[in-house]
Amino acid sequence: MTIPAADVGFVEATWILVVKSLVIFAAIFGIVPFLTVLERKLLGRFQARYGPNRVGPWGLLQPLADAVKLIAKEGYRPENAVPILWSVAPAIVVFAGVATLAIIPFGDVKNGVGFYGIDVSIGILYFFAFGSIAFYGLLVGGWASGSKYSFLGAMRAAAQVISYEISMGLALLGTIMMAGSLSLVSIVEAQDSIWYAIPQLVGFLIFLIAGFAETNRAPFDLPEADAELVAGYGTEYGGMRYGSFAMAEYIEMFVVSAVAVTFFLGGWHGPGPGWLDPIWVIAKIFAFLFLFMWIRATVPRVRYDQLMSLGWKVLLPLATLNVLVTAVLVTVT
Amino acid sequence: MSDNAASKQSFPYLRDESVVAVQRGPEPGGAKGAYRAFGETLRGLKTTFARILEGPVTIQYPEEKTPVYPRFRGRHKLHRFEDTGLEKCVGCSLCAAACPADCIRVVAAENDAENRVSPGERYAEIYEINLTRCIFCGYCEVACPFDAITMGHDYELADYNREDLVFTKEMLLAEPVERTPLRREGE
Repeated sequence: MTIPAADVGFVEATWILVVKSLVIFAAIFGIVPFLTVLERKLLGRFQARYGPNRVGPWGLLQPLADAVKLIAKEGYRPENAVPILWSVAPAIVVFAGVATLAIIPFGDVKNGVGFYGIDVSIGILYFFAFGSIAFYGLLVGGWASGSKYSFLGAMRAAAQVISYEISMGLALLGTIMMAGSLSLVSIVEAQDSIWYAIPQLVGFLIFLIAGFAETNRAPFDLPEADAELVAGYGTEYGGMRYGSFAMAEYIEMFVVSAVAVTFFLGGWHGPGPGWLDPIWVIAKIFAFLFLFMWIRATVPRVRYDQLMSLGWKVLLPLATLNVLVTAVLVTVT
Repeated sequence: MSDNAASKQSFPYLRDESVVAVQRGPEPGGAKGAYRAFGETLRGLKTTFARILEGPVTIQYPEEKTPVYPRFRGRHKLHRFEDTGLEKCVGCSLCAAACPADCIRVVAAENDAENRVSPGERYAEIYEINLTRCIFCGYCEVACPFDAITMGHDYELADYNREDLVFTKEMLLAEPVERTPLRREGE
């Protein structure tokens, strides 16, 4: 029996799809190093100091220095580790992050080519599926390290991620009901009159908070807090493997920002001619990333029990209430 | 104590009238707590954003250096008389006696009448300060009766060998490279 595949909204030729995948891959691996130095400079400016400014002009070659340092480090596998799983865990997390980028729309169909990887009819479920695979990567990495502290860190990270994924999904459900479709391109097209951040303000805030927790970013960055857990699930990883975990976190941050822009901030809608659409999307994503870094510079870390009680006792009821009210209003009007 | 009943409910140890209830902040948690936390978070966000607008307070060493006060105790300087060119130091070793770290070594010698080094009877033939032991307290400057040794402003004294850090008389007498900015009046 064949597994039913999701309908694809608009299919181009295979070679175009291959080119688009390569472009997405190259673009994200170019943006992530820039994001690392952007974060360090922004954090510095928020703290009334310069960020890195010695390596290149405005410190822009700093990621190159970091990459060379990480690659040159010794890759030491602990004796208690499970060999294959330990090696493959960082790859799983990076793969899940990059794969999610395929559905983010950067523009409408122009000249027969859609400005997105692929437009599946299941839309956002694709994002949650790969988010769960990323969570597998964390768990496998922590357990396969063979050390108690890595395992504990991985369990805490996993519990945090799955707790907040539910609230995230429910927050997005409001916009899906308003648009009437799961596909991301349809949701962006439905926002041409008003961005969904305004009618769905509660959903937007819930998605924001849950997004911070999903990506293990401050104030929910306990899994990677150096003082608390040494590097949590990443303790036994060195060199580029640890760099892969860090890279995966930045990719996830980019993806969550992109999903928030798509669902709540109107995607590619903005004043100006049609060719400006991808630029609008990138500008909005960078505004969101600025918000991520702004919050990291400001808010102190949340304790683990406070984190879990926030996820289950505050966000989940609020998100459910949001869905209920939206459903009623959508049916009535 | 108008809220006696309420305080007895929440604080069971406050049964005695003589015990004064401690002024407590509002209880955290709940919807009111979440509302206040949200407001406080926004206030924090405004503070950090204001830091961007104010600009960084970093002084970029080594391109910029913090200007020092005139009485800053840096590396020592031995002085000469400007008119005659003779050294002011007569080798009396009062600085060596005053030094708490015992890092000055003075060996005096008789002045040759034709080739005078100092205007007195004796001069310091060997004058060495071990900068790895010096604590830069300035007692040698206070002790010297001839104003021969003063503390200059140089603090960039790093070197590669311990031997190179024992400064001889020639090095202390030589004109120093002034590379430390001086704090101007009213700064």
